Amino acid sequence: MNQQDFERRNEADWRTMEGLIDSLAQPKHVTPIDAAEFPRRYRQVCKHLALARERQYASHLTERLNQLMLRGHQHLYSARAGFLSHILHFIGGAFPALIRREWRLFWLAGLLFYGPALLMGWAVYERPEMAYTVMSTTQIFQAEEMYRPDAPHIGRERGADNDFYMFGVYIWNNIRIGFQTFAGGIFFGIGSIFFLLFNGLYIGVVAGHLTEVGYTRTFWPFVAGHGAFELTAIVLSGMAGLKLGFALLAPGRRTRIDALRAAAKISIKIIYGVIGMLVIAAFIEAFWSASTWVSPAIKYSVAGVLWGLVVLYFLLVGRGRAD
Amino acid sequence: MLDTYREIETPEGVELHLRTAGAVPRALAFSVDFSVRVLIYILLSIVLAFAGRMGKGIFLIAFFLLEWFYPVLFEMYWQGETPGKRMFGLRVLNDNGTPVGWGASLVRNLLRAVDFLPAFYCFGLVSMLISRDFKRLGDLAAGTVVVYHERAARVAPIPDFPAVAPPPGLSVAEQRALITFAERSQRLTEVRAEELADLLAPVTGVQGNAGVQRLYQMANWLVGKR
Repeated sequence: MNQQDFERRNEADWRTMEGLIDSLAQPKHVTPIDAAEFPRRYRQVCKHLALARERQYASHLTERLNQLMLRGHQHLYSARAGFLSHILHFIGGAFPALIRREWRLFWLAGLLFYGPALLMGWAVYERPEMAYTVMSTTQIFQAEEMYRPDAPHIGRERGADNDFYMFGVYIWNNIRIGFQTFAGGIFFGIGSIFFLLFNGLYIGVVAGHLTEVGYTRTFWPFVAGHGAFELTAIVLSGMAGLKLGFALLAPGRRTRIDALRAAAKISIKIIYGVIGMLVIAAFIEAFWSASTWVSPAIKYSVAGVLWGLVVLYFLLVGRGRAD
Repeated sequence: MLDTYREIETPEGVELHLRTAGAVPRALAFSVDFSVRVLIYILLSIVLAFAGRMGKGIFLIAFFLLEWFYPVLFEMYWQGETPGKRMFGLRVLNDNGTPVGWGASLVRNLLRAVDFLPAFYCFGLVSMLISRDFKRLGDLAAGTVVVYHERAARVAPIPDFPAVAPPPGLSVAEQRALITFAERSQRLTEVRAEELADLLAPVTGVQGNAGVQRLYQMANWLVGKR
């Protein structure tokens, strides 16, 4: 069959397919009959493209069919499922189950973060001058200013509608740190290790120093509550980054790129959880931790409940499910 | 040209052809997207200036969302295109030619943080230059590829002449060359067309413009006019 006959005979089909694909862009206008018809028509285009290539038909024709097939391919193989049900399934079990499955990485990331924090906190508490090995004098002064017991507010400068401003600051700053800790993992894990160690040291210095100068009544009640979500989320983002790093270091029986890709698919799920946890943390930090009308005793109790919730969530939720 | 071509075999056993996009159009697309964001920030800061500290908080949240999720949301809801990519005819796809999903899009865009290092996307550029398909680190991890969006193929009509049978025994590739030559009639200058046709003088038996016409006639015959 020559090209003109081929085009004449099939033009109507291609037009229909083009129309069908256009209408698929607005799913509301697609009838079930059209939807059922689509795979058959798609395979027909595939066949025509293969024929047109085999018979060396003109390039405008093969290009057109290639395009038509590509567009059909995108619709046929796109995976769209209920967004909300995915989220609920994720929170309701898939996320903690994933963390439990990767427990080695979790403990490694936890050690890299809490290890230096505890060591440095203890060191600064015992020998205050150690603080200056990590932070500058101005930074330490600023930290002291935030938690001075005689200040009218704790945390940072506060006013009537400042809570919301601080919420913005925490969202912007903390989630960025989480993302950096994750992304740094692509350098064979080094970036994630760096951010975990660095943030651990930093937090250790601040905590050790403020405890040592006696600001315990302002500092600890402030950080105890949201820390449950914030510190855990930082560990989790480090864990997601380490997962990328290990895939590159020890790809097993795959190529490094393939291993990286497979690891990224899992890591990004951890990051979904990290985002959620850091938003919760920012919310608690801005609207609860900073409140001055709550007594430290209540703040400690709430913090205990929050830590308990986080621990129980990751230990128990979603156990015994098929996935 | 050929090395930017990527072939994907689909489950139907037919190959899809994609053209991957290099660093320059992608950098241009990025600068458009960047300008769009800057414009939004300027407008937002003007509007929110009246909302005091609250406004600052909203601005920071908007800043956070736009910096990290602007490309993700566009890639999800605009079939793999951001405004900048659309302007330069680019599109993000999975390696197998399917549309990107949330996970892949988020991975490639969060890893911008490392592609950007040490400054101005240096790592990303190096990665694009040494990898197949111009992938930056984010693309490598997400398994995505940036391709030229298919433009509507130009139908190149071949000049209408009474059909003349070409000499027998032309191979398929040779027949194809004749048809392509006729399709390019509008884009070739007259002189160049004659120059090319003269190469085939032993076949057509005539020189100059007459040779060009003879080739067009043969092309008419080959596409099925009798």
